[in-house]
Amino acid sequence: MDTTLLFQLVLNGLIVGALYGVVAMSFVLIYKASQVVNFAQGEFLLVGAWVCWWMLTTWQLPFWAGFLVTLAFMTLFGILLQIIVLRPLIGEPVISVIMATVGLSIFFQALMKWMFGVFAQPFPPIFTSERMRVMGLEVQTVYIASLGVSALIMLGFWWFFTYSKHGLAMRATAFDQQVAQSLGVSVPKVFAMSWAISAVVSTVAGVVVGVVNGVSSALSFYGIKVFPAVILGGLDSIVGAVLGGLIVGVLENLAQYVDAQWLNWGNMYQIAPFYALILILLIKPYGLFGTRNIERV
Amino acid sequence: MTSMTPAGDFRSSYRADTTIFPTRSSMMATIAGVALLCAAPLVFGRYELGLLITIGFSAIAALGLNILVGFTGQISIGHAAFFGFGAFASALLVEYHVPVPLAIWGAGLMTAVVGLVFGAPAARLKGLYLAIATLAAQFILEDFFARARWFSGGVAGRVTEPYELFGLRLDREETYFYVVLAHVVVMFLAAGNLMRTRDGRALIAVRDHYLSAEMMGVNLAYYRTLSFGIASFFAGVAGALYAHYLLFVSVEAFNILYSIQFLAMIIIGGLGSVMGSMMGAAFMVLLPEVVQAGADLLAGSAIDRTLRLGASISFLREMAIGAAIILFLIFEPDGLAHRWKMIKAYWKLYPFSH
Repeated sequence: MDTTLLFQLVLNGLIVGALYGVVAMSFVLIYKASQVVNFAQGEFLLVGAWVCWWMLTTWQLPFWAGFLVTLAFMTLFGILLQIIVLRPLIGEPVISVIMATVGLSIFFQALMKWMFGVFAQPFPPIFTSERMRVMGLEVQTVYIASLGVSALIMLGFWWFFTYSKHGLAMRATAFDQQVAQSLGVSVPKVFAMSWAISAVVSTVAGVVVGVVNGVSSALSFYGIKVFPAVILGGLDSIVGAVLGGLIVGVLENLAQYVDAQWLNWGNMYQIAPFYALILILLIKPYGLFGTRNIERV
Repeated sequence: MTSMTPAGDFRSSYRADTTIFPTRSSMMATIAGVALLCAAPLVFGRYELGLLITIGFSAIAALGLNILVGFTGQISIGHAAFFGFGAFASALLVEYHVPVPLAIWGAGLMTAVVGLVFGAPAARLKGLYLAIATLAAQFILEDFFARARWFSGGVAGRVTEPYELFGLRLDREETYFYVVLAHVVVMFLAAGNLMRTRDGRALIAVRDHYLSAEMMGVNLAYYRTLSFGIASFFAGVAGALYAHYLLFVSVEAFNILYSIQFLAMIIIGGLGSVMGSMMGAAFMVLLPEVVQAGADLLAGSAIDRTLRLGASISFLREMAIGAAIILFLIFEPDGLAHRWKMIKAYWKLYPFSH
């Protein structure tokens, strides 16, 4: 058994998992605040990364400026999506809301392919040194930066929901919409804000992945990988989403390792999380930290 | 959705309320419609017939999905995987010298069994948890198709035989059209009749209020799983028809986008409407044609040159699908079937529409 490889894979898993965790967190944010299961989460990464790439290449902006413009654009994008598409569907059955986000997902995926082509485009280099050594392992600088960014976002979420006024309003809305409304919280504003924050946070993850692997439509697959993560952690738990993301990241790397060493089936990297997903749904459908919904007849 | 029965149209017995056709003239209209379709090969060319065949098997699959989603209220995002399973299963049965007409139904049964297996979690799950579980089923089955060479021929795909009945080879569009038409009629009658039985009403009860349904003695786990089985059966038959039309089945066709197209068909057609499945299938099959026609119309013009319409027609089609789903959900959530009823009611009741 190759321990160095194993160690490297676990580290890779944690780095990718942290990104999954960030995306899962923003997914859970939307679900908690507005009870919408967002199948278009991956498109937030995709659109954000493409817009940032466009700013950096076509408009030749420095990275920080392009990044800020992208974040501003995505804030608007999230709010507009919520107002135009999701708001008319409040009170409709689950299937309608799910299908609306699925429709958005198809639409923006195709739009991005139309506007920017189907080939992966590399970001202009941002860091001066390509690699660095951490505890005897070769790691790309971008990965370390991405881990740092993920940790920073998670810390930001924690601060936002514990101390800021808007974060508390959001938690109140998630807890009980009517009570929140009667206490003076503007529920439509909270919905729009949750979509804006979710879009922005996903965009950060999208740009990080774009810097590492180049921008391509593969980014939208992160939106699908989010499902095993959030189901594992519990659909309405932010802590669970982070943990679920980390576990899924490690799991897919380990599955790939097991596959390469003994099974030789191929493609385990992509599929293993979905087997895990089915298993969790059968055993513990509310995940590790989700709220149990008890119904009796 | 409010009932569209006009005032003055009374039913005095349960029997009259559960007829498959509400009036005699609607039955006649349906029979006339089918008879008219029988003449289609005389009028249309091969391309148009191909579209009609595609509408036919898509409508069967959409009808199955509508029984699951529209009538039982269970969500499935993996319908194309079951459709694909039916296609491969039929090709496999033909490989073992089962005649094609039997293989189509055999493939339906095999798919139903697989559907029951994947439907087992449905006994416990509902709503979006189920949606996510079926999403996983989609990826797992897709992976299985690519991996299992004995079943699907692996990534190379599998070649299969044309439809043959009593020594007649029905392999051209003109002849295969009748095969699809016959299956469509059988399946739609079967679905229409299912909704008149106790089982059909139980499915609707599960959708409308599952707690009340359980209190009235409807076994939730049984009916949720059963509905998955039925939906998969329809998908399997439709997939088999697809396989014997193209005579070649390969993995790439049954991706998640195809699953979403089936969902789009029933949403656009109308959830919980048998005829709506047909309208939705027709809409979704013809939509890319309309996009293509639009692009052709603009070909060579300034718009075409700046936006590269011709080169990116496949993306435009996908965008049209996404946009159609969203627009229908916002502006016509009850689908084309509802709109059709409104139009009929308008003409029937004009000028006093109340």
